[in-house]
Amino acid sequence: MAQASSRIMLSCKHLWKVFGPRPAYYFDTAGYRIDPEALAARLRGEGHIPAVVDASFDVKQGEIFVIMGLSGSGKSTLVRCLSRLLDIEYGTMEFDGQDLARISGRDLIEIRRRKMGMVFQSFGLMPHLTALENVAFPLKLQGVARSEREARAREMLELVELGSRLDALPSQLSGGQQQRVGIARSLAPDPDLWFLDEPFSALDPLIHRQMQDEFLRLQNQLKKTIVFITHDIMEACRLADRIALMRGGRIIQLGTPAEILLSPVDDYVADFTAEVALSRAIRVRDLARPAQGEPPEGPPVPAAAPIEVVLPALAAGQRRFRVEGDGGLELEAGAVLEVLQRDARHGFRADGASA
Amino acid sequence: MTAPRVRAWHRVWGGMLALSVLLVALAQQFPQLGGFPTGLVLNLSDWLNAAVTPAFEAARPLGVLLSALAETPLAAIRSALAWAPWPAAILAVVLIALYSGGWRLALFAAAALGTVVAMGYWPKAMNTLALVLVSVPAAVGIGFALGALAYRFPRTQPALIVMLDVMQTWPAFGYLIPLLILFGFGPTAGLAASVIFSVPPMVRNTLVGLREVPPAIVESALMAGARPGQLFWQAMVPSALPQLLVGVNQTTMASLSMVIIIAIIGGFNDIGWEVLSAMRAAELGRSLGAGLVIVLIAVLLDRITRGFARRGPRVMQARWLLAGLVLALVVALVLSGQDLLPGEQGQRWLRRIDGWLLDFVAWSAPFFAVLRNAITYGVMLPMRIGFSGSASPMVWGFALTPEITAAYVLVSAAIALLLGWRSPQRGIIAGFAALLFWTGLPGFPWPGVFLVVGVATWRKGGTGLFALAMGGLALAGLSGLWVPMMQSVYLCAVAVLICFAIGGALGVIAAESDRFSAFLRPISDTLQTMPQFVFLIPALMLFKVGEFTALIAIVLYAVVPPIRYVEHGLRNARADLVEAGVQMGATTWQMLWQVKLPLARSSVLLGLNQTIMAALSMLVIAALVGTRELGQQVYVALSRADAGAGLISGAIITCVALVSDRLLRSRSSIHRKVPE
Repeated sequence: MAQASSRIMLSCKHLWKVFGPRPAYYFDTAGYRIDPEALAARLRGEGHIPAVVDASFDVKQGEIFVIMGLSGSGKSTLVRCLSRLLDIEYGTMEFDGQDLARISGRDLIEIRRRKMGMVFQSFGLMPHLTALENVAFPLKLQGVARSEREARAREMLELVELGSRLDALPSQLSGGQQQRVGIARSLAPDPDLWFLDEPFSALDPLIHRQMQDEFLRLQNQLKKTIVFITHDIMEACRLADRIALMRGGRIIQLGTPAEILLSPVDDYVADFTAEVALSRAIRVRDLARPAQGEPPEGPPVPAAAPIEVVLPALAAGQRRFRVEGDGGLELEAGAVLEVLQRDARHGFRADGASA
Repeated sequence: MTAPRVRAWHRVWGGMLALSVLLVALAQQFPQLGGFPTGLVLNLSDWLNAAVTPAFEAARPLGVLLSALAETPLAAIRSALAWAPWPAAILAVVLIALYSGGWRLALFAAAALGTVVAMGYWPKAMNTLALVLVSVPAAVGIGFALGALAYRFPRTQPALIVMLDVMQTWPAFGYLIPLLILFGFGPTAGLAASVIFSVPPMVRNTLVGLREVPPAIVESALMAGARPGQLFWQAMVPSALPQLLVGVNQTTMASLSMVIIIAIIGGFNDIGWEVLSAMRAAELGRSLGAGLVIVLIAVLLDRITRGFARRGPRVMQARWLLAGLVLALVVALVLSGQDLLPGEQGQRWLRRIDGWLLDFVAWSAPFFAVLRNAITYGVMLPMRIGFSGSASPMVWGFALTPEITAAYVLVSAAIALLLGWRSPQRGIIAGFAALLFWTGLPGFPWPGVFLVVGVATWRKGGTGLFALAMGGLALAGLSGLWVPMMQSVYLCAVAVLICFAIGGALGVIAAESDRFSAFLRPISDTLQTMPQFVFLIPALMLFKVGEFTALIAIVLYAVVPPIRYVEHGLRNARADLVEAGVQMGATTWQMLWQVKLPLARSSVLLGLNQTIMAALSMLVIAALVGTRELGQQVYVALSRADAGAGLISGAIITCVALVSDRLLRSRSSIHRKVPE
C-alpha cells in the first residue's frame, strides 16, 4: 500500500441516489446545488430516502479507498451506484475517460466483464457450481473456452490458497473459504477497479485479521485500484490509504486514517474513532518528519508499522528513531508521547463512563 | 385493534344474532324464508349452454389441432411402453430410482413394480403412466413459463394468483363437457383437464424459487457481465432449481391424481378405469388390488421426483445411469416380442381375496353399523335437519312438543348469556351455534346466510371478497342450487369437525411423543401422496353407497393437515414461553391448553384452512359414492352432457372454496412456512 500514483482512476462528482416514489422530479433543475443539505431535508420530509447525498471524491490508481459508516449510512448504496447495480439520480462518475453514469447496455456489460470486479458480503456464489466453476463463471459468460478459463480459475484459486478445494461445492466450504472463492472469482477477469462490499463482515471475527492480512498480501502483489466498504473502524484504519466516512448519505470526512483519527472534523467522528487504540492505528510515517541535524542512531523502524513498535525503545530512553527508506525521515519521541496521552485520556473517559 | 372498534363489532354481530333468531322464528310462518324461493330461480344453465356450446364448437379447429399435437406423443409413448418388455422397463425404473434416491428407493421400486406385474396390472399401469408422461412435461413447461413471466412482470401477479386458485378449486368434471366439445371425445380432453389442474403448483414454485434467489447471486452475475438471458438461465434458474424440482414433484402428483380421476370418461384402458369398473361390479379384491397399484405408482413417482429435488452426493454418477439405461434398452431389444407377462394367476388371487373380504365385511358389519349410526344420528342428522327436524319419534324417539321447544330456547339462551357475560364474543358464537343446531345448516333462512356471510367477508376481506361471496350465493340461489350448496357446506363442515377432532388429537400426541410422531409420519406421507380416488375404495367396501361413505372418504383424505399443522404448531411454540410456563408450575394439561395451543394458533388456523380446501376438493370425488350436494350436481351435469349446469355447479364450489380460504387466511398469515 501507500504506493498510490497520482493518476485518478475514478472521479465522482455530486452523486445523488434517492429512493422513493418519484426521485427524478427533484433533479430536473440544477437548483439543488445551492444547498444539498436543504434538498436532503426536503426529500426526507416528502417521503423519499436520500441514500447518497452529493458525494464527491476521487479514487487514485493503486490506492485502497475505504468507504466506512454505520448501517444505513449509505455506504453499500454508494458502492452499488459506482458499479451501476443501482442507477444514480444525479452526478458524474468518470472512469477510463467515460462517464459511468451515462453508459448502458452493451458498454456497461463490457466494462463489467473486463474492468470491474466485485466481492459481496454474502459471497454470492452459485450453489450449483464447484469452486473452480464459480471462479471460471465470469469468463464463461464472456465466452472463453473451457480449458482456458479453467486454467485461469485454477491460477486464481492458487493465488487465494484454495488450490486443493477445486471441486468443492460452496456448501462444503467454510465461510472464509467461500469468501476466498468470491475474491478469486472477482479477480479472474483481471479487473482494473475492484469493489469489495464488506467482504469480511459475515465471517467469524477470529478470522477477520487473517483475511485482512491475506487481502493486503494480494494487493501488494496485484496493485489494483480498490473501493472497500466496511463498518469496522479498525478494519478501515488497517487497510485504508484513505477513508471516506459517511453518515446519513453524506461523506462527512475524507482523509488518511491518521487525519481522521488525529483531527476529527466534529464530535460524531471523534466519538466514532474514540474506541480505536491510536498506538496501533497511527503509523510511523504519519508522525515522521524530515530529520533535523544528525540522523538518529539505532536500527530503523518501518514506515508502515504502527507506532507501538517503538514503545520498548522509548521506555528505555531513546528519543529519536530513524525511519526506514531514503527520505531521511525521523520519528521524534514527543510526537509519539502526545498520541499516547490522547489514548490514555480516552481510556480514562471510558472508565469514567462505566463507573 | 382498539377496544371501541372491537365493541362496535360485538354490537354488529349481536344485532345479526338477534336478526337471525327473528328470521328463524318467522320462517315457521313464511316458508319462503327457509329455502331460496323457487320463484326467483332462473334458467341460467340453458342460457349458459346457448353461449358456451357454440363458442366452443367454433373453436373446434383449434381443438383438433391441439388434439393432434397431444395425441401423437401420447400414442408414441403408449406404444413404446407397451412394446418394452417388463423386465427391461423395471430395470430402467430401478436404475433411475437408484440414481435419485439410493438403494432403499431402488429396492422399493423393484418390489413395487414386481407387485404390479404379479397382480396382472402391468399394461394398464403403463397406459396410466403414458398419460402422466405426456401431461407432466406440458404442465411443467406451461407452469415454468407462466411463473417466469409473472416474475418478470410483478403487476400481473395478483390476477395470476386468483387464476391459479380458481384452476385448483374448480372441479375438473365441471369443465369436462366444454373440453369434450372442444377436443372431441378422446384422451386430449382428459389431458387438458389434467394440465389445467396440475399447472398451478409449478407456477407457484417457479415464482417462489425465482423470488428467493439471493440478491448477492443476481448482483454477482451482473458484475460478472451477464446479459439478461445469461443472468436468467445461468444464475437464477440453477439457483432456483431445488424449488423448481419441488414444483415438478407437486405437478407430477397432481397430474397422476387427475389422470386417474379423469378415467371416468373411459376409453383409456388404464388403472383408474379398472378401479372404477371393479367398484361398480362390487369386486372388492380387484378394486383393492388396482387401488394398491395406484398407491405404489404414486409413492414411487413422488419419491423419485423428490429425490431429484435433493441436492447432494448421489450413489452413482449420471454417466453410470446413462450406461444402465442403454443396458435396459439392450435387454428390451433382446426380449422384445416375447410374451413375458404372467397369466391370469394374479387376477385369480385377487378374486380369492374377494371372498375373504366379503367375509370380513360381513363379520365386521355390526361394529361399523354402530359407528355409522352414532355419527349419522349424533352428528350428521342434527347438522342437516337440525334439532327441530331430528326430534321426532322416528329419529330420536321423542316428538317436538312445545315444552321441549321452550326448554331448548331457554337452555340455549341461558348458555349464551352466561358465556356472553364474560366474553361477548363467546356468547355470540354460542348463540349462533344454538340457532344452527335448531335449524340444521341447509335449513338456515337464506336471508340470514346472505347477511352473516356478507358481514364476515366485508370485515375480513373488503369489497372484492364481499362481491365474490355475494355473487356465489346469488348464483347458487338463482340457478336453483341453493339446497345442494348448503348440503355441500354441511357435509364439509361435518368432515372438517371430525378431521379436527381426530387429527387434532393425533397431532397433540405426536407433538408430545417422538416415537408416535415417527410412527405417524410415513402414514401421513402416504395418505397425502395417494390420489383422491383411492380413498373411495375402503370407504365403499365397509359402508356401502351413501352419504356416510362419502363422509368417511372425505375424512380419510382431509385428516392429514390437522395432524401436521397441530403438531408443527405445538412443537414450534416458542421455547422461552414454554419454559416460563413450566417455571410457573403449569401441569401438562395446563401447558397444552393455556400455553402451547394459544401459541400455535396461527398454525392451527392454517391447518383448518388446508383441511377445508382438502375436504372441498374431495367433495366432487366423494359424490361418486352417492351424496346429495353440489358434487352430485356436477356428475348429473356430466352424465347429461349439460355444459352450463356443470360450469355453474363448479363455479359455486370454487366460490365456496375461495371465500372460506380468504376468510381464514386473512386471520392467519399468508406467507407462512408449510411444515414438511
